[in-house]
Amino acid sequence: MGRYLIRRLLWVVLVLVLITLFTFFIFFVMPPTDPAILFAGRAPTPRLVAQVRDSLGLDQPAPVQYLLFLRRLFLGDEYGWPGFGFSFLSRSPIKPVLFSRLLVTFQLAIGAAVLWLFLGVVIGIISALNKGKIADRLAMGFALLGVSAPVFWLGLMALWIFWQQLDILPGTGYVAPTEDFGQWFMRMILPWSVLSLLFAAFYARMVRSNLLETLDEDYIRTARAKGLSERKVVFKHALRSSLTPVVSLFGVDFGTLLGGAIITETVFNLPGLGTYVVRAVGNGDLPVILAVVVFAGLGVAIMSLVVDVLYAFLDPRVKYA
Amino acid sequence: MTDRPTASPAGSRRPLLQVRDLKVHFDTPDGVVKAVDGVTFDIHPGETLGVVGESGSGKSVTFLTIMGLITAKQARVEGEVVFDGQDLLALPENEYRHFRGRRMGMVFQDAMTSLHPFYVVGEQIAEAVRAHEKISKRAAFDRAVDMLQRVGIPKPAERARQYPHEYSGGMRQRAMIAMALSLNPDMLIADEPTTALDVTVQSQILELIDRLRQEFQAAVVIITHDLGVVAEHCDHIQVMYAGRLVETGRTRDIYYRAHHPYTWGLLQSIPRLGVEEHRLRPIRGLPPSLIFVPPGCPFHPRCPYAWEECQRVVPELLSPDGVHASACHLSLADKERLFREEVLERA
Repeated sequence: MGRYLIRRLLWVVLVLVLITLFTFFIFFVMPPTDPAILFAGRAPTPRLVAQVRDSLGLDQPAPVQYLLFLRRLFLGDEYGWPGFGFSFLSRSPIKPVLFSRLLVTFQLAIGAAVLWLFLGVVIGIISALNKGKIADRLAMGFALLGVSAPVFWLGLMALWIFWQQLDILPGTGYVAPTEDFGQWFMRMILPWSVLSLLFAAFYARMVRSNLLETLDEDYIRTARAKGLSERKVVFKHALRSSLTPVVSLFGVDFGTLLGGAIITETVFNLPGLGTYVVRAVGNGDLPVILAVVVFAGLGVAIMSLVVDVLYAFLDPRVKYA
Repeated sequence: MTDRPTASPAGSRRPLLQVRDLKVHFDTPDGVVKAVDGVTFDIHPGETLGVVGESGSGKSVTFLTIMGLITAKQARVEGEVVFDGQDLLALPENEYRHFRGRRMGMVFQDAMTSLHPFYVVGEQIAEAVRAHEKISKRAAFDRAVDMLQRVGIPKPAERARQYPHEYSGGMRQRAMIAMALSLNPDMLIADEPTTALDVTVQSQILELIDRLRQEFQAAVVIITHDLGVVAEHCDHIQVMYAGRLVETGRTRDIYYRAHHPYTWGLLQSIPRLGVEEHRLRPIRGLPPSLIFVPPGCPFHPRCPYAWEECQRVVPELLSPDGVHASACHLSLADKERLFREEVLERA
């Protein structure tokens, strides 16, 4: 178990190095624009550009630049650890901004995750147990809507109804929970709901099909043959096996979301990682892009590690190997 | 167990299970599948009954329905299943379940997939006990360990804490049997209990069932497609074809004076060792579709002795002596002559 964890952690590091390698080369070595010219501002004089190039280390060969980047990332830079460097656009250190935006994205993701897990599992179970009946049809109709409705449309519709028409929820924007908890909560309700809907729909369909498949298993017949109550058969025997795959999917989905929910954040004007990276891409703010990509990669890598460890607890047939 | 029903004429004791004109029909997009189509029989306490037939003959469906594992939710079920004086088919599910596991246990074909992969074996047996008896988890687990010991699993205390994937195939089937017997039921149904096992393990499992039947004084039903399997272990045999009983009788009736051409076919397809130039004679043709069951005798398209009447009239299950019955239009004299000529002399 300990050795397995260490090996998996080394894998996470390797994955991260590969992610940085690809991202670095895509954005620093291959781009059509010269980062130095971008950084030099509106009226770059050749002298200024040369100066910038020198100060950013852009005159070094690419591998050297990459190693310098890695060194800053892993050992820290003048703005602390991890060294994400300096934004071309805001001309300020990236780290504090990144962390404050990560916090917003994290709040959005957590709330949505709780909602979609709950909705997905409950709807999936109801649907499976009433297969072919009206509850199942309604649930799967909802799921189809959730899967097909684009998030920007859902978000705008939700805002129009609950804010513009009914005026029962405040508008867009972010208020820190430390500042005004009620406001924070009221403003997060719609983003949470809209973001969770898509996932809830997917999860409901998955839980439904997993549960239906499991209910056909021989060991469910055995459980019934023992004379267990139907409640025990479904909730202890069938659900246990059908939710195990949900755990692994959830880990990866949640990890991906930590890299930013671009559309939801944009629609609800939330200062999360998604909007941050979109602005950075639009402005060629390469260090910010790099920082967010590294972060998103880390989120997915760590969550899949967590899932793998958890999975071995859930399914005794899985061995740490 | 000296007073087996074999020794006494049927009906002299009150049957444990009475099945009357049981029909199980499934509605499918292609038509109505008549998996079981009017089956009537009794099982007496302590008796061992072998149920034999090809795949799709309705033998499993009959007993899954008796166990209440096929219900009106999945199929159209008609007829009566009277267990110890109680008509089971009239019971609501929450009362039916008190019969399952406690009064009748069932063991399935594939023990690998019939145990839950996520729970240790002891817990799965203990759960069966706790479904019917108010005892502590600890006591139920101890009972599970005891049961594992009784079915011949070495180091049962240790084994009870292991998962099914840590067991061998034969051990899993033993564990299934332990589970089915943990509440000391009146009837154990074993649905092809040895099909997925090695030959050596097969005979061990059958001997185990034999021994436990005497220990637990339970009636045993062995469902199989292999007439060879049931010979040594059963008092009575029922032969099913296309959802109906075609021949029933004591084991010796079936082996030494079978009356139905289908049973002859089954007997001829048992491989024999030590007989030179013995060729297996398979039954020609395939089992009929259960949607379009042939009119008349369902076996007539495959029967070498069929004549015009067989295509028209469904033969009734009739018994000249009250014990041995067959559903065939041949006269008793013809049946006896043909059995001698076709089966005994060629074997």
